[in-house]
Amino acid sequence: MTDSKTSESETADLEQFRNETRAWLEANCPPEMRKPATSDADVFWGGRNAKFSSEPQRIWFERMRDKGWTVPDWPREYGGGGLSAAELKVLRSEMVRMGARPPLSSFGIWMLGPALLKYGNEAQKKEHLPKIAAGLIRWCQGYSEPNAGSDLASLQTRAESDGDDFVITGSKIWTSYANYADWIFCLVRTDSAAKKHDGISFILFDMTSKGVTTKPILLISGYSPFCETFFDGVRVPKSHVVGTVNRGWDVAKYLLQHERAMISGMGERGVGRPLGQIAADSVGADALGRLDDSMLRGRIASFDVDEAALAACAERAVDLAKAGQAHPAFSSAMKYYGTELNKRRYEILMSAGGVDALEWESERSRQGARPRAWLRTKANSIEGGTSEVMLGIVAKRILDLPGA
Amino acid sequence: MALVLTEEQSLLRDSARGLISDKAPVSHLRGLRDTKDPTGFSKELWHSFAEMGFAGLLVPEEFGGSGLGFMEAGIVMEEIGRTLMPSPFLATSVVAASALNRGGNAAQKAEYLPKISSGSLLATLAIDEGAKHRPLQTNLQAVRAGNGFKLSGAKALVVDGHVADLFIVAARTAGSTGEREGLTLFLVNPKAKGVAIERTIMVDAHNAARIELANVEVNADSVLGEVDQGAALLEGVLDIGRGAVAAEMVGLSDEVFNRTVEYLKNRKQFGKLIGEFQALQHRAAELYVDIEITRAATMKALQALDVDIAKAASVVAVAKARAGTTATRAVQEGVQMHGGMGMTDQFDIGFFMKRARVCEELFGDANYHTEQLARARGY
Ligand SMILES: Cc1cc2nc3c(=O)[nH]c(=O)nc-3n(C[C@H](O)[C@H](O)[C@H](O)COP(=O)(O)OP(=O)(O)OC[C@H]3O[C@@H](n4cnc5c(N)ncnc54)[C@H](O)[C@@H]3O)c2cc1C
Repeated sequence: MTDSKTSESETADLEQFRNETRAWLEANCPPEMRKPATSDADVFWGGRNAKFSSEPQRIWFERMRDKGWTVPDWPREYGGGGLSAAELKVLRSEMVRMGARPPLSSFGIWMLGPALLKYGNEAQKKEHLPKIAAGLIRWCQGYSEPNAGSDLASLQTRAESDGDDFVITGSKIWTSYANYADWIFCLVRTDSAAKKHDGISFILFDMTSKGVTTKPILLISGYSPFCETFFDGVRVPKSHVVGTVNRGWDVAKYLLQHERAMISGMGERGVGRPLGQIAADSVGADALGRLDDSMLRGRIASFDVDEAALAACAERAVDLAKAGQAHPAFSSAMKYYGTELNKRRYEILMSAGGVDALEWESERSRQGARPRAWLRTKANSIEGGTSEVMLGIVAKRILDLPGA
Repeated sequence: MALVLTEEQSLLRDSARGLISDKAPVSHLRGLRDTKDPTGFSKELWHSFAEMGFAGLLVPEEFGGSGLGFMEAGIVMEEIGRTLMPSPFLATSVVAASALNRGGNAAQKAEYLPKISSGSLLATLAIDEGAKHRPLQTNLQAVRAGNGFKLSGAKALVVDGHVADLFIVAARTAGSTGEREGLTLFLVNPKAKGVAIERTIMVDAHNAARIELANVEVNADSVLGEVDQGAALLEGVLDIGRGAVAAEMVGLSDEVFNRTVEYLKNRKQFGKLIGEFQALQHRAAELYVDIEITRAATMKALQALDVDIAKAASVVAVAKARAGTTATRAVQEGVQMHGGMGMTDQFDIGFFMKRARVCEELFGDANYHTEQLARARGY
């Protein structure tokens, strides 16, 4: 415990930070950026071929970038904002309060960045982190393979040593946005004789390298957000390995923790219009002013209870981490619950929307934004590790139940 | 405020846990039940509790208490939940002490709060009349008579009702059933003429009573707060009780869960530990997640009560609703995963199941609080 004097002055500093942040956001976040994105085009992903969908989107991104607030808690030397955990919490809550969108969505921010900060060497950090922060390079994740999904460590893509290079051959699947990405962070097998987890390396390379091809896969949402990715003798300098050769599994796992924490928060908690109001628009109210569908009303209310409780738990997870009391596998618990809850949210949204939520191709429905989003959420409990796998991790790593 | 315990709070938890697990493990409750103990709790233990400063935990220092907050009260409640210790702590030290502290005038505070701190006075709130918790349905009549009132009506689920030295009774001085206006809280001496008390032996072997008031005379000094304007005071006090019971349920759920996980690691069937079966692993993992989320929601509620009771209602509703659902699930899974053992009286799990059911009804069940949240959000 800090003595009460310092914690009082810390509280005062934080209050000042809150006031300044609020004022800055009020002055700098365009009104158009204060509502949730409704389609993928509304989201800015950065990268070499990035295009802004609107002027407010550009302004918002550039202002946040200049402040280092695309990655508020990264060190300033790597393009971050250098905020403390407490300040980050304040910034997030102020952004939620005004409904401000994230200025930049990026696998670089959510996944690769944290892994580089922990496992990357100085040259790698200097090379990649500022470009991620500034949205210059868009990354994709080459983990899954056709025969290595939940059982990720059975991956077969080979990297063979050839002088200063590795030569990579194999294929990946479900590589989100591989067709838009500039670089890939990729798991490859560098020692096929070693035990499953011991022969994997974590390596970075440019998607324009010779021998890389991608092929989009059409999804039930009608979109093709991800690809099959093929590597045919792709030459990559050995200096692009993050961490130690053959010890890539550590990096992979650490990155997955961040990925899971990110996915668990995808339900736009506390952002946008409350479900009860959305439902009231289409369902109407009874004589007492309640939603005129008592079962739906009950489902919404119990959803609201669980959502509020989960938000408290997400807040606590951050506080526990800050206090050094967090269990490293806790992100699996959050990922499991957050994604199941988000699916519930979208089932309710579809139910509340009735016929209107079924339209697929029309201006009125903004090209079927709601049903497409509903279908998209079904992947939440699959991507980044399935719900079953998350429960398995909780059972074995947190509860210490015996392995099967 | 961070949702982790401070160092002082951890110390408080450790000392509460030490005392409670040492002096009042589940066998303590079992013993009281089996001997049909007339008091239903250990007076000796209550005195140790008071000496350690727990009885007056929420009482301001000027009245001899420790002047701590609801977060601290919740910490003690959670420990009580772990061993199911029957204790006047909830009714007297949390609910009644808060009612007196928030609603009492100078004379009332000076009279009662020091006695609560020293552990010499037991007090309780008498509110529900029907089978379910519906505070606005209060119908016990208080009619003006002379310079005071005459109270008539009945109350159910009065916690510690058969041992209390003071009742805080919700009555209707105006308006009709269901209305918020016209509620008044009264301090009633259980020994007053016209009071009938029936100890109800309940499923969880904790203390509760039904009480009946037949033209019980009280003077004007017995009003707690304002005449006709008792609803706001009552709602605040109930929210405090709800936060506390939610904390007890978190403790109870966590304890049942720990016992269950231990069992999964020890019991063998088909030549394997049953904890190796994925069907059970996944159910255990889900329950773990449920409990952690409920714990956070409950801490959030206790914090909100400490910051501003008037604004805490929705956060408390979330916590009590979650706690009810989670505790129910925890005890059901607990019994189920213990198989036949779980069904025996000799085994402790059943005690947790029974207490969870009572906690669920106390101050409103999960449905009640989910409904409150829907109303607060206007749909
Ligand atoms: C929208 C989306 C985006 C994705 N983006 C990427 C990406 O960018 N990069 C990338 O590398 N990957 C990506 N993935 C892949 C994702 O990580 C895998 O789909 C996921 O890990 C599951 O693997 P699988 O599809 O092979 O399913 P399988 O592993 O074949 O699982 C099938 C079913 O079996 C169950 N199962 C498997 N093993 C067990 C077990 N031990 N116990 C109990 N049940 C089990 C699973 O839970 C599931 O229900 C993405 C997936 C989706 C849906």
